[in-house]
Amino acid sequence: MNLGYTAEEERFRQELRTWLAKTLPTLPPKPNPLDWPARRAYDLGWQRTLYDAGYGELHWGATPTQHLIFLEETERAGAPYVGANFVGLLHAGPTIAAEGTPEQRQRWLPPILRGEEVWCQGFSEPEAGSDLAALRTRAVRDGAGAGAGAGAGDYIVTGTKIWTSHAEVADWCELLVRTDPTVPKHRGITWLAMPMDAPGVTIRPLRTLAGSTEFAELLLDEVRIPVSHRIGEENDGWRVTMVTLSFERGTAFVGEVIACQRVLRELAETARRNGRWDDAVLRRRLGRLHAEFRALWRLTQWNVSEAEAAERGVPGVGGSVFKLRYSHARQDLYDTAAAVLGPESLDLSHAWTLDRLSSLSYTIAAGTSQIQQNIVAERILGLPKGR
Amino acid sequence: MDFRLTDDQRALQAGMRDLLAARFDRERLRATVRNPALDRALWRALGDAGFFALRLPESEGGVGLGLPEAVLLFEEAGRALLPGPLVATHLAAGSVPGAASGDTVVTARDGELIEWLTDADHILGEAPEPTPAPTPTPIRSIDPLTPLHRVRSRPTTTPCPGAALLTAAQQLGSAGRTLDMAVSHARTREQFGQPIGAFQAVKHLCAQLLVRTETARTAVYAAAVTEDPLDLATAKLLADEAAVNNARDCLQVHGGMGFTWEADVHLHLKRAWVRAQQWQTAAEAEEALATGLGQP
Ligand SMILES: Cc1cc2nc3c(=O)[nH]c(=O)nc-3n(C[C@H](O)[C@H](O)[C@H](O)COP(=O)(O)OP(=O)(O)OC[C@H]3O[C@@H](n4cnc5c(N)ncnc54)[C@H](O)[C@@H]3O)c2cc1C
Repeated sequence: MNLGYTAEEERFRQELRTWLAKTLPTLPPKPNPLDWPARRAYDLGWQRTLYDAGYGELHWGATPTQHLIFLEETERAGAPYVGANFVGLLHAGPTIAAEGTPEQRQRWLPPILRGEEVWCQGFSEPEAGSDLAALRTRAVRDGAGAGAGAGAGDYIVTGTKIWTSHAEVADWCELLVRTDPTVPKHRGITWLAMPMDAPGVTIRPLRTLAGSTEFAELLLDEVRIPVSHRIGEENDGWRVTMVTLSFERGTAFVGEVIACQRVLRELAETARRNGRWDDAVLRRRLGRLHAEFRALWRLTQWNVSEAEAAERGVPGVGGSVFKLRYSHARQDLYDTAAAVLGPESLDLSHAWTLDRLSSLSYTIAAGTSQIQQNIVAERILGLPKGR
Repeated sequence: MDFRLTDDQRALQAGMRDLLAARFDRERLRATVRNPALDRALWRALGDAGFFALRLPESEGGVGLGLPEAVLLFEEAGRALLPGPLVATHLAAGSVPGAASGDTVVTARDGELIEWLTDADHILGEAPEPTPAPTPTPIRSIDPLTPLHRVRSRPTTTPCPGAALLTAAQQLGSAGRTLDMAVSHARTREQFGQPIGAFQAVKHLCAQLLVRTETARTAVYAAAVTEDPLDLATAKLLADEAAVNNARDCLQVHGGMGFTWEADVHLHLKRAWVRAQQWQTAAEAEEALATGLGQP
């Protein structure tokens, strides 16, 4: 049990801290959170800045501990979050790094790191959400007839994807398609990289309850995707998907824990100013949240230690334990913010009001809490698979 | 940073688990419930194993280990539901003669309560005679294995962070044990032609038992390493919550059997309620953590 960092890690932290202190004041003002094109530009600009300073690769090129320190320090300094780069940096990129060929890594990873290309995730469908493997978007091979190489030709893709975050501003989509409808559902799936500007792709923005068009429906009508854009083998996409999902659940929320701790301190300050601090029930609620987020940080450190020891590079199911506890704590945090703010919490121009609304998605997106509980019960506790 | 247990720590943990399996298994626990008395021989066996002298320096005849190791041993004690004033005797090692070896049983006044007063040889922090100034009156303790006396006067003890953490470690052990009990019952008990663990309603209860245990575990272990007052308050608060709610959910998973005296579940719940009142209550921990939010 050792929570100390090595001298090298501490040196890395110090350098990063110095760089952040110097760099953050030079950034342009933050864009309106509902303006996605402006956010794309801003988020890519920040990624480029990180890249130029040699920090661009931290999301998957570094050790888990370095990644942890990076997320901790950037959040602590109030640096921009990954934002529109979320999918590319936190799960499409790591998946390609782990499962792609050298050519594929060369094609897709540098533009993500340099802040040139944005990715989105085309997994969910109207009839396949929690039951993701039930997806029906069809892909048929074309042009790989006699004489053509194994990687030649195109997939012709038709179907509908839904809840695709950042679709409007994305260049690429990690797309799951059904390549063999005759085998059991988990076995006929393939993972493809789809260019969002391909003919046949229609993006229909959907409005979230927060009023933002941060996700969309994708209508795919005979979209041609070169076979060379396939990550992993044909019909082996479910295994690749599990890699993607473990990245999504494993490391993607780490930095947010620090951000929540900052919000909590601001809440306490606000409560002291507006007199609500004298309410012992509310004060104790803030105290309990403080415990929650301290413990969530420790759980993060625990998971990082496990990941580093496993040396697989792919986070384990500990991510599900974290996500279950964290998504609840985050919702509790912003409900408590509403209690601190009183009537002001009904004003949409208050940042915490928007955050309260978006916190509602945490128990749904990236696998609902019910599905996470099934995973914990079956894969960690070994309870029988059931209905 | 490597938060995981070292090989030595694992070995220590396994040694304690073996000792308790040999000296205080479930059968022994039930026998003690039927005839509640402190087992002096077991107390000395714990002393011989270094349980009380664990943190005394080797130069004073101790084992010379630290709070993280103590937490691991107390976690095992909590798993086994070992009774007795373990925390007070451990804290007294080095200052009260015989405590380190387990020859002297030491209890402590904690707020208005004193546990195991009649069986104890010494009260920590009080003059060496057996009773403190205002006469303690026995109460009918909710936990059959924690006899309690109450002193109706302002508490004289000051909060002791080490004591709160070691109590939290026992809560953690109890939470881990009720998790195991719930899961093994869910695997074997059949209804509607299948193990009840195949039903989601039961599965989700079990998943939450694990989430609570793991969250409490990381909080307790981290506090043992940092000894930071806010980490300590976090550990006590979340371990109390895990022990109490895990016992409740474990009882639910056991159905009617869980409500009987014969099942061990109620013993875990009652001990968890007692420990939740000890050393640092939820209200005290929450207030400390709220105050901590104001610090830069
Ligand atoms: C803000 C946001 C962003 C998202 N971004 C993306 C994205 O970029 N790309 C993408 O592909 N997807 C995205 N999603 C989709 C998300 O992954 C799905 O919404 C989620 O997996 C649930 O699927 P569903 O909406 O179809 O709900 P359903 O699967 O229909 O579930 C409805 C309810 O039934 C419960 N339920 C379903 N099956 C079970 C079961 N077996 N046991 C117990 N309960 C069950 C669920 O827990 C839920 O409460 C996003 C969702 C949100 C909210």
